[in-house]
Amino acid sequence: MSKRTDSNSYTMIFAIIMVFVVGSLLAFMASSLKPNIDENKRIEKQQNILYALGVDENEGTSAKFVSTDLAGTAFSKYITKQIEVQGGNEIENSDAYLIDIKKQQTLAKQGKQRRLPLFVGKNKKGVTLYVAPIRGKGLWDAIWGYVAMDENMVIQGAYFDHKGETPGLGANIKQRYFMDDFIGEHLLNEAGEFKGIKVAKGNNDPKNLEKTDYEVDAIAGATITGDGVSAMIKKDLAMYMPYFKTLKK
Amino acid sequence: MGLLSKKDAALLTDPLADNNPITIQVLGICSALAITAELEASIVMSISVMFVLGLGNVVISLMRNIIPSKIRIIVQLIVVATLVIIVDLVLKAFAYELSKTLSVFVGLIITNCIIMGRFEAFALGNGPWRAFLDGIGNSVGYGVILIIVGFFRELLGAGTLLGYPVLGNPIPGELSGLYAYGYENNGFMLLSPMALIVVGIIIWIQRSRNTSLIEEN
Repeated sequence: MSKRTDSNSYTMIFAIIMVFVVGSLLAFMASSLKPNIDENKRIEKQQNILYALGVDENEGTSAKFVSTDLAGTAFSKYITKQIEVQGGNEIENSDAYLIDIKKQQTLAKQGKQRRLPLFVGKNKKGVTLYVAPIRGKGLWDAIWGYVAMDENMVIQGAYFDHKGETPGLGANIKQRYFMDDFIGEHLLNEAGEFKGIKVAKGNNDPKNLEKTDYEVDAIAGATITGDGVSAMIKKDLAMYMPYFKTLKK
Repeated sequence: MGLLSKKDAALLTDPLADNNPITIQVLGICSALAITAELEASIVMSISVMFVLGLGNVVISLMRNIIPSKIRIIVQLIVVATLVIIVDLVLKAFAYELSKTLSVFVGLIITNCIIMGRFEAFALGNGPWRAFLDGIGNSVGYGVILIIVGFFRELLGAGTLLGYPVLGNPIPGELSGLYAYGYENNGFMLLSPMALIVVGIIIWIQRSRNTSLIEEN
């Protein structure tokens, strides 16, 4: 069988044209939609931070953010101060929430100084909380989140999200039953040393009544994602220790 | 049927049972094992695959006379990847909430062998309308199995359906429903091997009801 489409030159030309057409189509779509996508991501960050702070529209057992239209006003209402932490010092930066944690972690890996954003806000009860972003690796891709703490580094709210964890297993870290388990957990021991929180299998405290065991109950079938959550909490929140020490004085 | 000829209607109905992509053609098994731990994920994946396969089949069918046979697999892969990425970008820009639910499935759809399998087996040799029907028929057949597997895995593994507890409260000290009588969730159901066993049971039931499906040695 010999068709026009079997010749080598036709194949080459077809491949070149196809790559060109598909490449420019995707590049065009990506660049023309970028402003919308960036804006959506910015609003999502505000919603995430507010969620960790306890400003949400949760109903029943599902996690629900404040709506996109209200996120901007709620953000300026509840977040009183945005800062960058450097050791025990703070630098005010009203756009600290736009700092890209992924880029900062790459900088830190190269041995350069990284920026540590922290958002100071009041929750609905008027209690001052400190929300810190965290980021790490799950099973397939990136996982990240925001943790709200009081000045003793006791967790008062947590939000986790992921890029591509397995639906039904690792993806459940963004379910409310998992995120709510972190509330009330202590990050520091009585001596003031940083302990972190372990997402533990075989936890004999499934109702999570014990708040000073530095453990929450793991999700079945999501061991590696759970380990990723423990690791990012331990690594990223420990960097804020010097700042929280200054708050106690 | 007025709208569809008998042959066309068969394209839609055959994949539902006697030519099911998962249980007979053994296409799309990987995703059937990977994401059926929850009913909701099964439903979302089925709808996404229906969209991509229906559209992809039409595109490939329209291009079938100009695709060079030597590089046709790569061309198919590019078409499906482009389609999926465009859908993902548009959703991210205009329906951000929805896109967050779906973006997990993007990679799974591109590498789903049911899509390449139908492009290769049907769309390359048939006109766009028939290819469209074939795409819809096969993705519904795929979705039916996914939803059956998802139903049993979520029910027996977590005691919930679509996230709602249907068997009672399993937390010690607050036991209610079936759990009060000593019933326990089978955590093994949440792991992929059990999906394989559930699919196996479906294949077994299907073949024992329709013996013409059993291959002779």
